[in-house]
Amino acid sequence: MSNMKTIYKVPSPIAKRDTSYCPGCTHGVAHRLIAELLEEMDLTKKTVIVWPVGCAVLGYYFIETDALEAAHGRACAMATGVKRVHPETFVLTYQGDGDIASIGIAETIHAAARGENITTVFINNGNYGMTGGQMAPTTLIGQVTTTSPYGRKPEMNGFPIHLPEMLATMDGPAYIARGALDNTQHILQAKKFLKKAFNTQLKGLGYALVELVSNCPTNWKMTPVESLERIRKEVLPVFPIGEFRVVKGVE
Amino acid sequence: MRKGVVIAGFGGQGVMLVGELLAEAGMEENKYVTFLPSYGPEQRGGTANCHVVISDTTIASPIVSKPDAIIVFNLPSLDKFEPTVKENGVIIINKSLVPREVRRNDVRVLQIDVQSVAEEIGSPKVMNMILLGAYTEIEKPVSLTTLKKAMSVILTGRKASLIELNEKALDRGAEIAKEFMGVI
Amino acid sequence: MGEKILMKGAEAIAEAAIKAGAMAFFGYPITPQNETPEYFSRRMPEVGRIFLQAESEVAAINMIYGAACTGTRVFASSSSPGISLMQEGFSYIANSNVPCVVANVMRGGPGLGDIAPAQGDYFQATKGGGHGDYHTIVIAPHTLQEEVDLVLKAFDLAEKYRIMVVLIVDGLLGQMMEPVEFKETVDVTKFKVPEWATVGQGDREDRIIITSLDLAPEGLEKMNLHLQEKYRKIEEQEVMVEEYRMDDAEYAITAFGTMARISKTTIELARSEGIKVGLIRPITVWPFPSKTIENRANQVKFFFDTELNAGQMIEDVKLALNGARPVYFYGKMGGIVPSAEEVLEEFKKHLGGQHE
Ligand SMILES: Cc1ncc(C[n+]2csc(CCOP(=O)(O)OP(=O)(O)O)c2C)c(N)n1
Repeated sequence: MSNMKTIYKVPSPIAKRDTSYCPGCTHGVAHRLIAELLEEMDLTKKTVIVWPVGCAVLGYYFIETDALEAAHGRACAMATGVKRVHPETFVLTYQGDGDIASIGIAETIHAAARGENITTVFINNGNYGMTGGQMAPTTLIGQVTTTSPYGRKPEMNGFPIHLPEMLATMDGPAYIARGALDNTQHILQAKKFLKKAFNTQLKGLGYALVELVSNCPTNWKMTPVESLERIRKEVLPVFPIGEFRVVKGVE
Repeated sequence: MRKGVVIAGFGGQGVMLVGELLAEAGMEENKYVTFLPSYGPEQRGGTANCHVVISDTTIASPIVSKPDAIIVFNLPSLDKFEPTVKENGVIIINKSLVPREVRRNDVRVLQIDVQSVAEEIGSPKVMNMILLGAYTEIEKPVSLTTLKKAMSVILTGRKASLIELNEKALDRGAEIAKEFMGVI
Repeated sequence: MGEKILMKGAEAIAEAAIKAGAMAFFGYPITPQNETPEYFSRRMPEVGRIFLQAESEVAAINMIYGAACTGTRVFASSSSPGISLMQEGFSYIANSNVPCVVANVMRGGPGLGDIAPAQGDYFQATKGGGHGDYHTIVIAPHTLQEEVDLVLKAFDLAEKYRIMVVLIVDGLLGQMMEPVEFKETVDVTKFKVPEWATVGQGDREDRIIITSLDLAPEGLEKMNLHLQEKYRKIEEQEVMVEEYRMDDAEYAITAFGTMARISKTTIELARSEGIKVGLIRPITVWPFPSKTIENRANQVKFFFDTELNAGQMIEDVKLALNGARPVYFYGKMGGIVPSAEEVLEEFKKHLGGQHE
């Protein structure tokens, strides 16, 4: 036994139960990265996660911290309420693309503009997963969804929203990045981005957001492997990985 | 004692300040007071007015629909509030801006050429206080002394420098009212 | 006991909230309550507490929601159109069982309406203006002193039942000045994080999740039954009502807020003409004082309800009476506030030749 070493374990904040996510969905990967960091950074007991309306609506069952369930799109406002009255609490929001970049874009932009000392994890899966795959603000041009059955057309539906690039133009946010969850290398990089985002809050530097380009095999009507390939071929060229705003002190 | 007064004029003539001073003074004298600024439909057309009630007993409605007195700073205010004054009530008028006589003959009317009086005192800013002094002398909802005391509560900061002039204006208004009452 | 201070309603309510221990205010400008956020913006930094101008009323109520989940005393104010936007948060807060206090300085509607005093939000306030089966406690003061006293009471009720308490006043009470006395200042250093609040698990054995969601119908039914049980208890224990000159009354006026205040003058005028009329004034419009009204049914010949709307509270008066007595109505809309004399004139139309 003594020569065995642990190479894999479930991070302690992850609940011992099945998730409600579809097979092959990268929500699970994002959860794991968050849980690993909470454990490594010893944050679990001082964290409140504000969960979204979307596929992650039951997220509080899968990551075991104090938790709140926001109204659709309002996570950043709710998190602001918590953080302003309890600045010692570590406050995360976890939001989908419809949640953060459509119905809740005002709350998001203003939290960022205020430099609110909270951290957002933004899952971009290119559609409204929970309601059955409708068009989202991040749906690509030409992409077929249940509400863009002929493919997203600019003349009808406009163009995808690049939230990190937008936020990076503002003075308020401290750390803005986009990672991807399609392969191991990207996942490890995403964890680094997340760690910086968490540290940003711990150091009191202000608002941090990490977008994670994700898949949705069910609504994309693909196998998990195909969906990850699509991320590389079609999504990343439009939503490139990178750090868009890093103020002094972020590490 | 219960006195209801409507003070009306253009915004910027110090109408609200007169009302607030009266209310503050009433409170200083341990009376019940309400101050209701014009608000909503009555704000249209750039006129401002407020309703003040000073009373020995609790005040239910703060709306003065039948005033014991009105203080009018301009013509539209006279047009609007002249019909509402109680029989035998008092109308105090800024003669410099109201080019007509009062039509009713069942009320007491004091017209003051406040502009020239203010010039005598040395500042056009005290016109409202001349009218307030006159009103207070005639209706006596509060004493002139308390009114002056209230001034130091309401006129603070930069405005505090105006207190002396304002007190002068109050006294001058009261004198004019005394002469007026001597005449009747 | 403090001294009397002459204050504007919209500022008095803010100072009352501060004295009651409100640790944070979130709001968005809207007339006729701008003096409230302005006052908080000056005072909260002075007392080392939080003032934040939100980007919208939607955001403001969700900030309130978040802060309320930490068990902190929080306060918001707005006026009708802003309160409409907040209804989403009201509904979530109801089913999350967290306490907070919100003031609605009602103005004329519907739509953008105007900025004059109105009581057109009675239905929205008392019937649950957002989605789902819920109530907030709704308090309708009629003088500034009462407004100030009830702010503290509102926080106590909110925390006792873990519920939102809404203060409905109208633009007239918001804008008028009257002497007020702040009777009590809550010692905020004694505040503790309540055991149900989410501020991070810390040393607690179990973590806490606050949510208004349960995807299993049986689970959601349970949440609803809990709410309904709470509402029944509130209906039993927390009704506040004033009966004014009702002892010998042959007629009863029903009115709340500003219209109740005006009606008291109407009653003096009527009594000076020998008409024995009194007033039943709900102070809580939810829970509604149905029993008080019912108890007077045999005593008075009719009820006369007057409001600054097309007739909203009258429905609750009629429900309370269940047909036992006629209920007449006089209302003004659009922000017009009738005088006591006008109310009397309308009232007298129902006397059927007597007293004329
Ligand atoms: C006010 C409101 N509008 C609409 C909905 C319905 N709804 C639930 S989830 C959702 C979409 C969520 O999509 P996204 O944020 O992209 O997250 P995902 O499900 O893809 O993870 C919608 C529109 C709602 N719950 N509330």
